[in-house]
Amino acid sequence: MAKREGIEVSRAITVACKLANIDVVAAYPITPQTHIVEDLAKLVANGELEASFIPVESEHSAMSVCLGAAAVGARTFTATAGQGLELMHEVLYIASSMRLPIVMTVVNRALSAPINIWGDHSDAMAVRDTGWIQIFVENGQQAVDSMFCAFRIAEDQRVLLPVMVHLDGFHLTHVVEPIFFPEPNEVDQFLPPNQYPLPLNPDKPVAMGDFGPPFIYTEIKKAQEVNIEAAKEVVLECWQDFGERFGRYYSPVECYRSEGAKVLLLTMGSFSETAMEAIDKMKGEGKNVGLIRIRLWRPFPFKEIRQAAKGAEVLIVLDRALSFGYGGPVCSEIKSAFYHEDKCPKIVSFVGGLGGRDISPGGFEQMINRGIEIARTGSEQEFEMFGVRE
Amino acid sequence: MTKRENELTWKDIETGFIVTEPGSARQYRTGDWKSERPIVDKSKCIKCGLCFIYCPEGCIQQDAEGYYEADLFYCKGCGICARECWPKAITMVEEES
Repeated sequence: MAKREGIEVSRAITVACKLANIDVVAAYPITPQTHIVEDLAKLVANGELEASFIPVESEHSAMSVCLGAAAVGARTFTATAGQGLELMHEVLYIASSMRLPIVMTVVNRALSAPINIWGDHSDAMAVRDTGWIQIFVENGQQAVDSMFCAFRIAEDQRVLLPVMVHLDGFHLTHVVEPIFFPEPNEVDQFLPPNQYPLPLNPDKPVAMGDFGPPFIYTEIKKAQEVNIEAAKEVVLECWQDFGERFGRYYSPVECYRSEGAKVLLLTMGSFSETAMEAIDKMKGEGKNVGLIRIRLWRPFPFKEIRQAAKGAEVLIVLDRALSFGYGGPVCSEIKSAFYHEDKCPKIVSFVGGLGGRDISPGGFEQMINRGIEIARTGSEQEFEMFGVRE
Repeated sequence: MTKRENELTWKDIETGFIVTEPGSARQYRTGDWKSERPIVDKSKCIKCGLCFIYCPEGCIQQDAEGYYEADLFYCKGCGICARECWPKAITMVEEES
């Protein structure tokens, strides 16, 4: 029987890494890092986890070390956040293009300047196109569950792609939650050993990250795109199996009391649980509202989004990041998902919760009411910044 | 590779474009990068071999008579050989097609 333990979510990620029996962790342990790598360093130093902890001089190097570790077939993990993720940027593309199954938790934080290490999704949105499978979680339990799934998906022979697990800085990483941990044997049964098909091996040499000139680059990118799209089936299969074993089911787009709702709010990450409170209150007052949340961010769940919002008249999207000169990046993708549909809800875009600014249940209620008003009267602005002092 | 380089489709790509056979770089025609090719005037060539030494591509070789010639399959047309050839035996000529 699984144990439930009160634990800080960062530390819970570390416990998950231990249960997943990782081989290598490379990390740069300074702010904006969290306790994730600090605890991993301790576990390795104390001999509780038989793994190599490779401290490096930057996040760029951390991801570069991960490339090498994954390339020899090691189960490879790293964690980063905010500015650290940005410093890794170019290496992220290399990990996905070379099909290396690395798992990384990204503690979502705002980007400088000004210096702000609080939670938002600016860092995540900047790595949207890097070719990683990306999963957003809403609470500590989901973060832990996603770790086991992430390794299984990444290392699946049909996938072989790196996976990011996004969890909100502070709101998730620095809070203590009661979390169910599976027994080691249950993890072993769910997560088979990593068997990278063509590892670096002096007896059977291969070249990785080779030269791809114009005559072949397009074909390579097409193969990569087909691969990440096809990975979705494996993600679904993994989540189904996880649900059957552990009783917690996940899907690319998750709905909360959205059945038949005319007004839907769409969120990602930990704010979803706050939004649920607002939905409960408004439902109680007889308002026909509901919530949908994106869990699988890449590959993007077009079909599931359309299905979840079917019948809705208004779809209000909250972005916790701003694409300067454009607006909300998540909302732009939601709009594109409906472009070919005959019947499309009115889509209203809000940007809010930036740099750790809280949105309370009352705030979500205001946002929904304002969204309904904008949908009815129209707005000259493409989006509104929620809660900004004018 | 059984197919020619420009016949490969995306379905032929190895996982992660990993190269599993050694020596594949040899099949890559860097020669089509060039906009000028080196032409040797044998009446001026003193067979000193400076072009061979300076060629960054390593594509210049000596023939049976001792003259040096660039392999145009690999020559990128950089012109270093012509620049270094002090008897001025090498001239760079524009590629016409």
